[in-house]
Amino acid sequence: MSKSAILSSSIAKKYWMAFTGLFLSLFLVGHLLGNLQLIFITGEEGKRAFNEYAFFMTHNPLIKVMSYLTYLSVLFHAIDGIFLAIQNKKARPIPYAYNNPGANSKLPARQMAVLGSVILIFIVIHMSNFWWKMKFSSEPMPLHSVMVKDPQSNQSQTLYLTHTDNFFPTSAFETTPMAEAQMEIKNETDFYNKQVNIKMGEGYKDLHSLVMTFFGQTKPGFPTNKYALFAVIGYVLAMAVMSMHLMHGFSSAFQSLGLNHKKYNKAIKTFGTAFALLIPLGFAIIPIIIYLNK
Amino acid sequence: MSVLDSKIPVGPIDKKWSDHKNHIRLVNPANKRNIDIIVVGTGLAGGAASASLAELGYNVKAFCFQDSPRRAHSIAAQGGINAAKNYQGDGDSIFRLFYDTIKGGDYRSREANVHRLAEVSVNIIDQCVAQGVPFAREYGGLLDNRSFGGAQVSRTFYAKGQTGQQLLLGAYSAMSRQIGKGKIKMYSRHEMQNLVIVDGKARGIIARNIVTGKLERFSAHAVVIASGGYGNVFFLSTNAMGSNVTAAWRIHRKGAFFANPCYTQIHPTCIPVSGEHQSKLTLMSESLRNDGRIWVPKNLEDAEAIRKGTMKATDLKEEDRDYYLERRYPAFGNLVPRDVASRAAKERCDAGFGVNATGEAVYLDFATSIERYGREKAMTSNLANASQETILELGREVVKAKYGNLFQMYYKIVDDNPYDMPMMIYPAVHYTMGGVWVDYNLMTTIPGCYATGEANFSDHGANRLGASALMQGLADGYFVLPYTIADYLADDIRTGTISTELPEFSAAENEIQERNSSLLSIQGAKTVDHFHRRLGKVMWDKVGMSRDEEGLKWAIAEIQKIRAEFYSNVRIPGIADEFNPELDKANRVADFLELGELMAIDALNRTESCGGHFREESQTPDGEAKRNDSDFAYVAAWEYSGNVSEPTLHKEELVFENIKLVERNYK
Amino acid sequence: MKLTLKIWRQKGPNDKGQMVTYPVDNISGDMSFLEMLDVLNEQLIETGDSPIAFDHDCREGICGSCSLYINGEAHGPDRAVTTCQLHMRKFHDGETIYIEPWRAKAFPVIKDLVVDRSAFDRIMAAGGFISVNTSGNTIDANTIPIPKQDADAAFEAATCIGCGACVATCKNSSAMLFVSAKVSQLSLLPQGKVEAKERVLNMVNRMDEEGFGNCTNTGACEVECPKEISLENIARMNREYFKAALSAE
Repeated sequence: MSKSAILSSSIAKKYWMAFTGLFLSLFLVGHLLGNLQLIFITGEEGKRAFNEYAFFMTHNPLIKVMSYLTYLSVLFHAIDGIFLAIQNKKARPIPYAYNNPGANSKLPARQMAVLGSVILIFIVIHMSNFWWKMKFSSEPMPLHSVMVKDPQSNQSQTLYLTHTDNFFPTSAFETTPMAEAQMEIKNETDFYNKQVNIKMGEGYKDLHSLVMTFFGQTKPGFPTNKYALFAVIGYVLAMAVMSMHLMHGFSSAFQSLGLNHKKYNKAIKTFGTAFALLIPLGFAIIPIIIYLNK
Repeated sequence: MSVLDSKIPVGPIDKKWSDHKNHIRLVNPANKRNIDIIVVGTGLAGGAASASLAELGYNVKAFCFQDSPRRAHSIAAQGGINAAKNYQGDGDSIFRLFYDTIKGGDYRSREANVHRLAEVSVNIIDQCVAQGVPFAREYGGLLDNRSFGGAQVSRTFYAKGQTGQQLLLGAYSAMSRQIGKGKIKMYSRHEMQNLVIVDGKARGIIARNIVTGKLERFSAHAVVIASGGYGNVFFLSTNAMGSNVTAAWRIHRKGAFFANPCYTQIHPTCIPVSGEHQSKLTLMSESLRNDGRIWVPKNLEDAEAIRKGTMKATDLKEEDRDYYLERRYPAFGNLVPRDVASRAAKERCDAGFGVNATGEAVYLDFATSIERYGREKAMTSNLANASQETILELGREVVKAKYGNLFQMYYKIVDDNPYDMPMMIYPAVHYTMGGVWVDYNLMTTIPGCYATGEANFSDHGANRLGASALMQGLADGYFVLPYTIADYLADDIRTGTISTELPEFSAAENEIQERNSSLLSIQGAKTVDHFHRRLGKVMWDKVGMSRDEEGLKWAIAEIQKIRAEFYSNVRIPGIADEFNPELDKANRVADFLELGELMAIDALNRTESCGGHFREESQTPDGEAKRNDSDFAYVAAWEYSGNVSEPTLHKEELVFENIKLVERNYK
Repeated sequence: MKLTLKIWRQKGPNDKGQMVTYPVDNISGDMSFLEMLDVLNEQLIETGDSPIAFDHDCREGICGSCSLYINGEAHGPDRAVTTCQLHMRKFHDGETIYIEPWRAKAFPVIKDLVVDRSAFDRIMAAGGFISVNTSGNTIDANTIPIPKQDADAAFEAATCIGCGACVATCKNSSAMLFVSAKVSQLSLLPQGKVEAKERVLNMVNRMDEEGFGNCTNTGACEVECPKEISLENIARMNREYFKAALSAE
C-alpha cells in the first residue's frame, strides 16, 4: 500500500510535480544570478567573470550533482506532467458542449500542460544553442582570449587566459610561413608545449562571447547571428510563458505539498506572484540589453 | 378491549425500558449471521437502524429511492436535536424532557414510549460525537446548547442550521462502514412497492429498480419501514419532492394499521408561496424565533398598502404594528409551540392583515435583535459612544454569525435582504405525527413488519416539539429497534434463507406489475402533478390548519372525485421497464389520493382540537384549541377494510399514570 | 421571460445522446431553475413527448441530488447555490441556456441529465467513517473537549452535500474536494485521528480506482461548490496523505 502510495497514487504524482517544480524554481534563481553577470559586469571583467563562472559550473562536483538532479527534475516534471495530462483527459471522455471555465479558474492554471510543453521545447532549443555547443559540439569552441595593446609599441596582441592567470599569446598557436607553432590546444582547452608535450596551462571556453553573438553582438572568433532579433524575441516570449507557468505553479506546489495555512497563504501567493514575474523578467531583460548594446 | 396490544411493559415508568431490555429474548451472534433484515429508507431512523443491525451481525438489505442513502430528507432538518444531558445545569432531566414532550404533544402520545425516548436521548449525543458529528461547541471545547421551540431549558444540540445534515451524514458514515464490510447490501434507486407476507409474517418486499424499471424480489426475516412522513399529500410542503407514503401505505393495505393520520404539523416559519409554479416550500429554522419578532400591521389600510407595494414594512411606526404572539401569549411570546404560532398567523392573515401579494404572509423582524446585539457588542468592544450606524453594523454581524446561512438562503429565494427588511414567513406543512401504528417494540400489526422514525406514530402525540424528530429517528434506529427486533427474530434462527420463488412473492410482484400496466394504459390528458396539485389544495384548504365537519365531508367527496378522475384521465409517458420518474410519481400520488381521504376521515372522527389538529367546533371562547380528554384520549388506528373509503377504526386507550392531563397554556 | 433551452437528451447509458433545443415561455423570475424545467416537462408530457429526466429531491439545497451543468458552469452562474436554489431572475429574457449532465468517466449518464454518482458512496465505504460501534455506550460526549476552532473547521468541511459539482467543474474531473472534505472533517476531530492514516490511504486509493482525474489546483471546484468547501481541505488531505504514505505499514 504505502509503496504505491508514495509512487503512483494521484496524490503522490502531485508531490512529485511539486517537489521537482520547486527544485527547478530554485535552479532558476541560481541560473538567473549567473546570467545577470552578463549585463551587470561589463567589459573584459564581465567576460572573464562569466567564463570563469561557466567553468566552475561545469567542473565543481557538487554543482555537477545538482545539474544531474536538475536534468532529472526536468525529465520527471515533464514525464509526470504528461502522464497527469493523459490521465486527466481520460477522466472526462465526453466534453461539455458548452463550457465556461473562465468563470471559475484562471487560464494559466488550466493550461499548465500546454505552457509546460512550450517551456520544454524552449529548453531543448536553449540547450542546443549553448549547452550543446559548449559541451558536445564537434566544432571546437573558441577559448577565452584578451586583446591587449602595448602602449609603447601601440601594437595589439591577443592572449589566451589560463586558470593560473597566465597568458599565452594566440600567435604561439599559429603556424606561420616563418615558423611552426610552438604550442597547441589539446582536449579543447589544454595548452601544450608542442616540443616537449607538456601541459602549460588550461584555457576557458568563451561562453560569454557565444551568448553575446547569439543575441546580436559581434565578437572575434564567432560568426555573427543574422537572426539575433528573432532569438531575442523568442527568448522573451519563452520567458512570458515561463512566467505564466510559474504564476500558477509556484503557489500550487505549496498547496500540493499540503503547505497551506490561513496565516501564510497570502504570503505564499504574493511571493509566488512576485517570483513568477521577477524571475522571468530578470531572464528576459538580459538578451534585450545585449541586443541593444550591439 | 381491542385487537391492539401495545405491549407496554409493566412497572414504574423509569424502569420499563431497562426491565424490558433485560427480559426480551436475544439472538446469539452465530445465528444473527443467518438472519436477513430489510430496511426501507435510509434517513435517520432507517440509516441508524441499518448500521446498528449490521453492527450486531444481521444481514441487512437497505433500500432508498434516492441515488444515495445520504440524500434522505432527514438531511434537511435545521434546528437541532434534544437530549436530556443537562450540560447547562439549568435543571433539565430525563423526566423534564419526557414531560415536555408529552405536554407538547398535547397528551396524545404513549407515556412509556416517550419516556424511553427521553432516556436514550443522552446516548444519541455520545454516539454522534464518537462518530465525528461536528456539533457546535463553546470556547472551552465543550458542547453548546440552545433553547428551542419553546422549551424552558437549553437542551438542544446543534450544528449551525444544518443539524439534520450532520446527524444523517453520521448515520450514513456508520452505514458506509457496514457497506464496506459487506454487512449491509445497499439498494439505492430502489423503491419499495409491495410487502410480501408468508404464513402471516412479513417476509420480503417487491421493489422497483428505478434505473431499469424492473420489479425485483427481496426476502428477509423481518421488514423495517423507515420511509418518513407523508406531508407531501399537501403537494406543497417542506418535504423533499420524492418524500412519499408509498411504503407505509402499501403495508397499510396489507394489514398494518395507520394511526392518527390527521395529526400534521404546520410549521410557522416557512418562506411564503410566491406563485402558481411553486413546487415546494422552504423552512426557515424555528431557531429564528429566538431572535425574530413576528408582527403584522395593526391597521387594515396599512396591510393593504403593503400588499399593493405602496408601503414598506420599515415605514410602519412601532405603534402601528401588532406583535400578535407577544400580545396573545405574553409568557411565551414568539416562542409558543409550532401549532399555536401557525394558527395565530393564519388567523391574522384570514382577517386581512397578510403582508405579501397573496395576503398569506407575516413579518419576522430582526431589527430589535440587531440593535440589542449591536449595543452588547459595542459595550464589549469598548465602543461606549458608538454611533447608531456602528451599532447596527455590529448587530448585523452578530446575527450573521448566528443565522448567516438561513439569511443567505432567504435572500437567494426571495431576493430581498433580511438584514434590512423583515423576513416574510407563513406556515407550511412540515411533519406528520401520525403514521403506521406500532407497539412498544415498534412492530406494526403485521408480525415481523416494523416501522420507525416519522413513518410510525408513536412518540409525538398530536404535535411534535422542535428538535424532537431527529431525536426520535436516531433513538428508534440506533437504540430501540435493534434490541426489540431480536425478541421476534429469536423464533427465526432455524428458518434459513427465505426463497423469493415462493408463490407469495410471485403474487405480490404480479399485483404491482398489473397496477403499473393499468396506470400506464390510462393515457389520459392530465399530468400526475395536475392531480397532485388539486389534491394538495383540497388538503390545505379543508384538512390543513383548521378543520370543520362541513369542510372535511366536502374534502372526502372531493378527494374521491379527484381519485376517480386520476384513474381515468392521468397521462403517464413511457413504459414500465425503463427509468420512468413519472411512473414513480404516479404511484406515489395514487397512494396520497387514498391517504388524503383517510386523513379527512380521521379528522372528522376526532371532534376535539388537540395539537396540530384544530377543529373549529372545539375551541375556547378566545379561540384556543379545546381538548376533549374524556372522549378522545385514544390513538385512532385505522385498519384497511378492502375499501379505502370505509376503514375500520380501532382505539388504543392512552393511559396517563405519571402526568396529569391539563390544558396546554402558553399564556 | 421567453427562453431557448438546449438540453442534453440521452435515452439510456448506451445511447449516444445529443443536444436538443426547446423553447419555453412565461417563465417568471421567482421560479427556481428546476421549477422552470417542471414547466417544460409538463408541456412535453401533454404533447406526448418524453419528459426530461433530472435528479432532484429536497429542493432546498441540502440533499445534493440536483446537478446540471448550466451555461458552462456547475449549478449555473450563481454562487453558493445548488441548481434547485438557482432562480430564473439570474437569466434574462430571450437568453439561450445550455443544460448538460455532469461529465466524468466516474459519473456515467443514466438518462438525459441523470448521472450515476455511486462512486462517491464507494469512496465513503472505503473509509469515510470512524470505526465505532453504534451501541451508544461510548464515553460521555463532553469527555474530550475539542477546540472550537477545530470543531468549526470540521463542521465547515462536513457541510459537503456530495452533489459532485467539484468533479463536474474540474477540468480533470477530480474528486479531491469531495474526498478531502471528509478526510478533513474526521482528521480534525480527536475521535477521527485514531484511524486517520488508514482512512486517507483507503479513500484516496478508492478514488483513484474509480477513474477520477488528478487535482491540478485550478481552484474551480472551490468557486463552484454550492457549500463553499475550501481548497484548504485538499491541502490538508495532501498533508495527511503524505504523513500516512511515509509511515503507514
